Amino acid sequence: MPPLIRCEDLWKIYALGDVEVQALRGLNLSIERGEFVAIMGSSGSGKSTLMNILGCLDQPTRGRYWLNGIEVAALRADQLADLRNQQIGFVFQSFNLIPRTSALENAQLPLFYRGLPLREQRALAMTALGRVGLQGRERHYPTQLSGGQQQRVAIARALVTSPSLLLADEPTGNLDTTSSREIMTILDRLNKEQGITIMLVTHEAEIAAYAERKVVIQDGRVLTDRRTRPGLSLSPTEV
Amino acid sequence: MPAFVLLTVLTAIRILSRNRLRAGLTMLGIIIGVGAVIAMVSIGEGAKAAVAQRVASMGTNVIIVLPGSTTAGGVRGGQGGAVTLTMSDGLDLKKRIPLLRDTGWAKRDVMQIVNGNKNWNGPVNGISPSYLTIRDWSFASGGPFTQQDVDAAARVALLGQTMVGNLFDAGEEPVGAMIRIKNVPFRVVGVLAPKGQSAQGSDQDDIIFIPFSTAERKVFGTQFLGSVGALFASTERVEDLGPAVDQIRETLRLRHRLQSEQEDDFTIRTQVDIGKVQEGTSETMTVLLFAVASISLLVGGIGIMNILLVSVTERTREIGVRMAVGAKRRHIVMQFLIEAMTLSVVGGCLGILFGVLGARLTTVIAGWPTIISGNTVATAFVFSVAVGLFFGLYPANKASRLNPIDALRYE
Repeated sequence: MPPLIRCEDLWKIYALGDVEVQALRGLNLSIERGEFVAIMGSSGSGKSTLMNILGCLDQPTRGRYWLNGIEVAALRADQLADLRNQQIGFVFQSFNLIPRTSALENAQLPLFYRGLPLREQRALAMTALGRVGLQGRERHYPTQLSGGQQQRVAIARALVTSPSLLLADEPTGNLDTTSSREIMTILDRLNKEQGITIMLVTHEAEIAAYAERKVVIQDGRVLTDRRTRPGLSLSPTEV
Repeated sequence: MPAFVLLTVLTAIRILSRNRLRAGLTMLGIIIGVGAVIAMVSIGEGAKAAVAQRVASMGTNVIIVLPGSTTAGGVRGGQGGAVTLTMSDGLDLKKRIPLLRDTGWAKRDVMQIVNGNKNWNGPVNGISPSYLTIRDWSFASGGPFTQQDVDAAARVALLGQTMVGNLFDAGEEPVGAMIRIKNVPFRVVGVLAPKGQSAQGSDQDDIIFIPFSTAERKVFGTQFLGSVGALFASTERVEDLGPAVDQIRETLRLRHRLQSEQEDDFTIRTQVDIGKVQEGTSETMTVLLFAVASISLLVGGIGIMNILLVSVTERTREIGVRMAVGAKRRHIVMQFLIEAMTLSVVGGCLGILFGVLGARLTTVIAGWPTIISGNTVATAFVFSVAVGLFFGLYPANKASRLNPIDALRYE
């Protein structure tokens, strides 16, 4: 079985006016199923570009990327949309829930685009909200929920399709310490109990410590790639 | 897919009802446009029907021949100024042209009419008995005069409804009464059923009919015996009008011994010609209406496009999120198109409602006849859907072409 993610010599070059920006310069990366990986790096290191490409939101300028054995570079926009819908769940720093839309409907959204029958959409979304501890809040609007709760709705939305990869871009960046811990505990549990592969972008060492593997990106390449806690499931506060 | 469309419609309604004032103002253009069109078409159709009824009131497949003008030393008299048409023309036409079902003639003059202590100045028509059948006059009471009355130049009269109203008290029976026309006593033998306005707008019921012979010999005092004010004819079928007109022209030219270079000394008109003049008027109305409708729907559509462009900008991040979780271009296009169509359809329905109310009010207040046809309403509805579709296309396409990464980061 091929690895879940395999990148070979990824290049991404933007043209900003006359200046050419090389965001990725021949990056290689391989991630197995069930891993919990933290991606770190200073701003401008290329980690956001990498996440966009891994999330099938963007295509590399050069190089190859296989997600679950599928070569992504060859796909058209609609096929990328299908891939995002079926293989990937996104969690963003700013939650990105659809305003004035209930938690349930937000969690339903990916299934809506998959064209499932309404009843099935509802049932799956209810289950996903249950898994992040939001039973009873299905009818709440984002404005009626705390930041931590909103991020949990976003995680439920990412989970509802049972994706093979969950991409979290600074998921705790807008949250206080308590909510951050709650979110990380949920992600950790999903990884350990459901075996969902998680890739997490973060600045904070404390958050990165939840991961089993830490990849540092610099100047568009992998600087270090270390396995920090193989198989360890304790949270840092308990260490 | 049906679940997707249904949910998108529900979402669109929710999004629009969230911002009711904005949605209302956006729809205003469509509401006013569709409302105005419905009201005006209803009034136009009502007017058209009224005109058609007036043209129909002339009779069935009627041909009218009027005398031409006189020319005396270079001075030309007006139409009908010459006494070129005669009773014998009418009789001869019937004999020679089998297409004609009947021919008749009439001569009119305005006279003072007296009944007891009431009097009225109105048109008196001396007619052949066939005139009444050609013009489709029917009787409210009494009956027509006979050929014997004509032969004997009997002093009998038929009264129109307006004439009855002016000469008799309410409840008084006109049939059998004696009236005086220019001091000649006449017995009323019939009262005609009302006909209303003519195609030219004059009151057809303000009239008295007397036998042509009586008019000629005892009332009008004619210089040229047998000369008529107009000849009337009718054909069995409407298609026969054209050939009949040609044959009448040929026959009359022969009878009047006109050389080929001479102009006709008469004018022939048919009911169809007169109807066409009226149709021309309503066609002008239709073109104007179409222009008004196009402009208001255009303005309404631009309003919808404008608000959707604002909405696309406001919801850029939402669009990004939808794309990230798997929305394809067509999903985004559909979402905004459905929103545009919801606006235009709701606006169109409100417009139809206001238009129908406006038409009803016009009938009630101004007393104009209005006709609201299902066709008009259906067309208005289809047009409002089309406006939404057309003007939603650009914003929807713009939204669907957003780059998901940029959309997600949009502040």
